[in-house]
Order: sequence, then structure tokens, then C-alpha cells
Amino acid sequence: MTTQQNKEINEFLDKNYEFGFTTEIDSETLPPGINEDVIRIISSKKNEPEFLLNWRLKAFAYWKTLKTPEWSQLNINPIDYQSISYFSQPKQTNAPKSLDEVDPKLLETYEKLGIPLHERAQLAGVAVDAVFDSVSVITTFKDKLAEAGVIFCSFSEAVQDHPQLIKKYLGKVVPYRDNFFAALNAAVFSDGTFVYIPKGVRCPMELSTYFRINEAKTGQFERTLIIADEDSYVSYLEGCTAPMRDENQLHAAVVELITLNNAEIKYSTVQNWYPGDEQGRGGIYNFVTKRGDCRGNNSKISWTQIETGSAITWKYPSCILRGENSKGEFHSIALTNNLQQADTGTKMIHLGKNTKSKIISKGISAKQSQNTYRGLVSMAKGASDSRNYTQCDSLLIGNKSGAHTFPSINVKNSTSVLEHEATTSKISDDQLFYCQQRGINEEDAIGLIVSGFCKEVLRELPMEFAVEARALLQVNLEGAIG
Amino acid sequence: MSIEDKIILKIRDLSVSTDGNQILNGLNLTVKKGETHAIMGPNGSGKSTLAKTVAGHPDYLITSGKIKFLNKDLSSMSVNERSNLGLFLGFQYPIEIPGLSNTAFLKAAINAQRKFYDLEDISAHDFLLQLKSTADQLGLDQSFLSRGVNEGFSGGEKKRNEIMQMLMLNPKLSILDETDSGLDIDSMKVVARGVNSSRSEDSSTIIITHYERLLNYLVPDYVHVFFDGKIIKTGNLELANELEKKGYEWLIQKK
Ligand SMILES: Nc1ncnc2c1ncn2[C@@H]1O[C@H](COP(=O)(O)OP(=O)(O)O)[C@@H](O)[C@H]1O
Ligand SMILES: [Mg+2]
Repeated sequence: MTTQQNKEINEFLDKNYEFGFTTEIDSETLPPGINEDVIRIISSKKNEPEFLLNWRLKAFAYWKTLKTPEWSQLNINPIDYQSISYFSQPKQTNAPKSLDEVDPKLLETYEKLGIPLHERAQLAGVAVDAVFDSVSVITTFKDKLAEAGVIFCSFSEAVQDHPQLIKKYLGKVVPYRDNFFAALNAAVFSDGTFVYIPKGVRCPMELSTYFRINEAKTGQFERTLIIADEDSYVSYLEGCTAPMRDENQLHAAVVELITLNNAEIKYSTVQNWYPGDEQGRGGIYNFVTKRGDCRGNNSKISWTQIETGSAITWKYPSCILRGENSKGEFHSIALTNNLQQADTGTKMIHLGKNTKSKIISKGISAKQSQNTYRGLVSMAKGASDSRNYTQCDSLLIGNKSGAHTFPSINVKNSTSVLEHEATTSKISDDQLFYCQQRGINEEDAIGLIVSGFCKEVLRELPMEFAVEARALLQVNLEGAIG
Repeated sequence: MSIEDKIILKIRDLSVSTDGNQILNGLNLTVKKGETHAIMGPNGSGKSTLAKTVAGHPDYLITSGKIKFLNKDLSSMSVNERSNLGLFLGFQYPIEIPGLSNTAFLKAAINAQRKFYDLEDISAHDFLLQLKSTADQLGLDQSFLSRGVNEGFSGGEKKRNEIMQMLMLNPKLSILDETDSGLDIDSMKVVARGVNSSRSEDSSTIIITHYERLLNYLVPDYVHVFFDGKIIKTGNLELANELEKKGYEWLIQKK
């Protein structure tokens, strides 16, 4: 390698996480620690109805009986749950009614992240909900959505304005008993996003939420609940970033999706939490439970995720294919660099007749990072004539990274068909040389090769975000070879 | 114009090793603007090694000698910079990049070159127009442009694809390494026409080949015979005809 190439690579190595700034803003943060009082305070600050407080308390009581889970493929520093603050909100006495009332520093933060909240400056056709630390700052295009009957608001608002919907659907797909982090989230969740698409409505625009952790020593626990009523459609995208901090911060979210007859939800994630530095100091622990319930016949849920950030990612967006002829899809790109660890995959639970699922997983690992696909496809007795197609591809960059694949299947009927394909490849020196001979520098070459590798997943993203995702992959690969 | 300005490539006393084996042994070659050179020679004599060394492949170590391209010393220049300056290598074995469309790849290559010369990215419209007409010229179907780079291409398609990239990038010096191998006569004619259309007073071509057939279409100014890592004889098209009849043995024995 020439000295010039080495220099370029070192420059890239020295480049910092682009979104690592913090915002100086007055905020109200609960002291660290978790107990019943903390939960009561969160609930009363949010003026929650009693059923919700009781649900939180039950979840907390259950959580206390659990031990922190251990994972075979992950190496995690023990988390001290009493040293985390469970609630932080920008100091603003009342929820802002319009953009003019939002703290300009907050608006500036989102501008810096490339997410203009001024509606006139918005990407055409995308409505945004911005969540800063634990609280929703503003939701755009509300009026336009209201015209179509679509509810798109912060979780807290939904609790106030649509308590009957919350009561009906909350915790029905991911009960608080599901796992350690789901129980913790149910006890302390602070905000999040709520979407309801009424019968027969095709949501007139993309919906999107941007999460930003800002405060030190806080955890972020948000919940997202999306309900697509009969014959409706919505495409939803979430993005997330955090400042660079030396300590690990916990993000334990829960997402529940429900589709009724003939409804479809397309859920995309571009996850770019701070990954920690090259020595593995700091970074977000991203422990997320995401599940969709295809309750209705002919309904469809598809998960698309681009996971590039976080020190540790642990998530398995899953589908319960309950309705007859329902469809579940999982399209994933997980990229790890330096000392990042990702353990991600999906579960496709086929319950209804003639249900179909498709899993496309692309793992890219560079430097000493570890990337694991873990998946389960299960076909219940009643899920006759169901099909699954699984494709798991791993791409290794350099010699020190690891890729692991753990697909498991559980078939209880004789008419279902499962197909599985898996490949592992490396970016070869000859591929790099070929690109460079055509004038493309090494970093761009890696970006192009990786985007080719990820093609089937990238094309699932809404247009506006595919470009962003490609750029993100490239940025997160900087210094991958060296 | 001084003599130096007319020279595109100047190789002096070049020795190259790979994996500890000496492959090139004191090679000399000068290529001037507008010239076409052919290099012939037995398998394993080091022809591809020469091409890759000039392009800057990291596996090949220059143990002595110098390469100047457009009067610039290449020893510390990155592979992509050499390319941006106008050096093109048509690969003997073009590499597959699965999933990356031919079009996206070529656009990235053109924009990298434009960036090097401080030009803005090419407009999508101009690019597609140029791409389509170049593909037509080479008899390549439109569907071919959206396929992954060399992914599942036939041997002939790979070679035409190399020529398409060459025509789009408009290099000053093209080194075509056995671009005619494995082509049927029609494909060979298409390739020859492509190469001929790229010839100009300021650009030069080095053709590495085993067959006089292509050379009959291209009519090179010089034909070099390569053996054991250096040029052992230089002539013109007649030499190529003679090699076609007699093989290399007589030359090697004479030596
Ligand atoms: N990357 C390499 N590693 C080891 N040996 C090589 C490498 N490239 C070429 N060689 C050796 O160098 C010699 C010349 O090869 P090459 O330049 O490909 O010849 P030609 O193109 O004339 O057929 C051969 O003996 C070949 O095995
Ligand atoms: Mg060769």
C-alpha cells in the first residue's frame, strides 16, 4: 500500500462520529435510580390514567424478579440499573403548541442532524416526530394527517387524547412479561410514537420519528405503537443518533405493530446511535424488542433495518403471522466496525394457513467487530401450506472480524416449505484494485462494494432514505481497512 | 513540443518481483502519443505483470528502474491517481462486484475522474446518453447496464464491458491485456472497432495479445516480443505474422 493510501486511511480513522455533539439545554432530569416512586413520578408527570400506572407497576414488580439475561455471542459490561436516570425532559412548562414555541436550541439540534422540522423546509411528503431524550418535541404535518383521519402523535399525547386505543392495544404484542428489557421498558417508558391508520386509509405521506439521546447518564425507553386498521397502509421510518460519551448508555425500546384484515405496515429503521470509539469506550447499548402482529387475513408487515451504530445491538424484529395468507418480511443490514457487536435477526411465527415470510439478512463486519444473525422460523400445526425463504449473507472486511449465523427452524406440519441460503464472502484485494484502477479511491470503493452487497435491502427503503442509508454505510466504514 | 512532451510512457530498466520471485528483468519501453504497441509472448513471460505494475497493483514490487507516465514518476502514486491521470487497464480477468450495477460503477468512476479535475459530477442525463450510445456501439444490450459489474457475464461480455469502460473514461494510455482472448470473430471485430474509434493523436494503446488476428485490424506501430520478463525483439505487423506461423521457439533459441 502506498504512503498516500496510508495517509488517507489514517485521516479517515481519525474522523469522528459526525453526530457526537451535545446540546446545552435546560432539562429536568430525575436523579438516578429505579423504584416504585420513580415510576409513580413518571406517570404523574404525564398525567396518566390509572390503568397505565397499574400496568407500569405490575411490569416493575415482574422485572424485579428477573435476572439480567446472558448471551452467548455478546460481551457486555454489567449494567448498574440504579445509576441510570429514567427520565429527562427539556425544561418547558407546557408541551409546545407550534414550532414557534419550541426552544430554538432544540430546533437547531435537529437542523444539525439534517432533520429540518420547519414544515416548509421538509422533505416533501414526510411527516416527522422528533423525540429529544425522553420527550417528543414536535410532530409536523399534523393537520394534513388529521384530514385523512390518521393519528400520528407522541405516545404521551395519545395517552391523553386516545386512551381507549392505548388501553386496547398496549402490551398486546409485546407483553411486559416478554423479556427483561420489555419489562423494564413497560415500567419506565417515557414517550414514543403512536400511529393509528383508520379503515380504508392509505396514509398520504411517509411517517418518521427521529430519536436523539442528549443527557448524560440517562437511559432512553420509548415505546412505539402502530395500528393499521382494515384495508389501510402506512410506511414508517425511524432514525436515531446520540452524542459521544465515554460511558455506555442504555436504549431499551419496545415497538408493537398490529395489522388488521388486508392492512400493511412497512417499518424501516436507520439506526445510527453512537457506536463508541476505536478502543470500544462508550457507545449505546441498543436492546430493543420489536414485534408485529399480522392479526388480519391478507395483512402484511415488513421490517427493514439499517443498523450501523451502537456499541451493542440486540434486536429481533419479528412477525406473528396469525391471519390467513398474511405475510412477514425482514430485510436487514447490520454493519459493525471497530469493537462493535451486533446480535440481530428475526422470528417468523407462522400460525395461520398459507402464510409467507421472507428473511434477507446482510451482515458486514470490519476490524475486530462481531456480527451475529440469529433467527427462528416456526410453522405451527395450523400453518398449513406456509412458506419461508431465508437468505443470510455475511461480508468480512479484514481478517479480525467475525460473522456468525444461527438460523433455527421449528416445523409442526408437513405441507410447509422452508428454503435457506447462506454465504460468507470477503472484499478481495482484486475487487479493490479493480475499482481503484477505474479511478475510485479505496474508501469509495469499499462503499460501492458494500452497497452492491446490500442491494436487495437498500431497495426496500423509501427513496429519500436510501440515499441517506448508503451515505451512512460509507461513513461508518471509514477506517475499515488499515 | 519537446520530445519529453510527446512521450506518454517511459519505462527504464524495470525489474519487478512478486512473492519473492523476480518476474520482470530490466525492461525498457517507450510509448509516444498516438502510437499503438503490441506485446506478444509466451504464457508466464510477465506481460500481465507489466500491465499491473504500471497500474500500481500492490502485489508487485519494483526492485529497480523507473516508470514515468506523462513525465510523472509513478513510484509513489496511488492506483486511483494513475487512473485519474488517464491510465486505463483492460483486465485479462475482469473482476465481479456482485450487486453493484454496471451503471452505478461507471458513474462513480467518471465522477471520481471529474472530481480529480475539479469538475462537477456529470449530469444523469448526459451520462445515460453517453452510456447508451457507447453500449450500442459495442452491441451491448440495455439490460446489461443494470446488471452487477461482470456478475455472471460471459467471457465475451466481460471483454466488451472493459472496452465500454475504456471508451467512457477516455484515457490517455490504455493497456489491454488479452482483451481478444476467448472472443469469437464477430466480438473481436466489435472490440477492434471500439479500440480503433478511441485512437487519437494524443492517446496511445498497448495491446497484449497472442493472436495476429486482432493486430490485423488494429495495425500497431510496433510489435514487441516478450520473454522472461523483458523485450527480446521489436518489429512491426510482419513480425506478428511471422510469430503466428512459427511460434516463439525460433526467437528464444536464437537468443
Ligand atoms: N500475484 C502473483 N503471485 C505470484 N506469482 C505471480 C503473481 N503474478 C504473476 N506471477 C507469476 O509471474 C509469472 C508471469 O506471470 P504473468 O505476468 O501473468 O505472465 P503472462 O501475462 O505473460 O502470461 C508467472 O510465472 C506467474 O506465475
Ligand atoms: Mg497474462
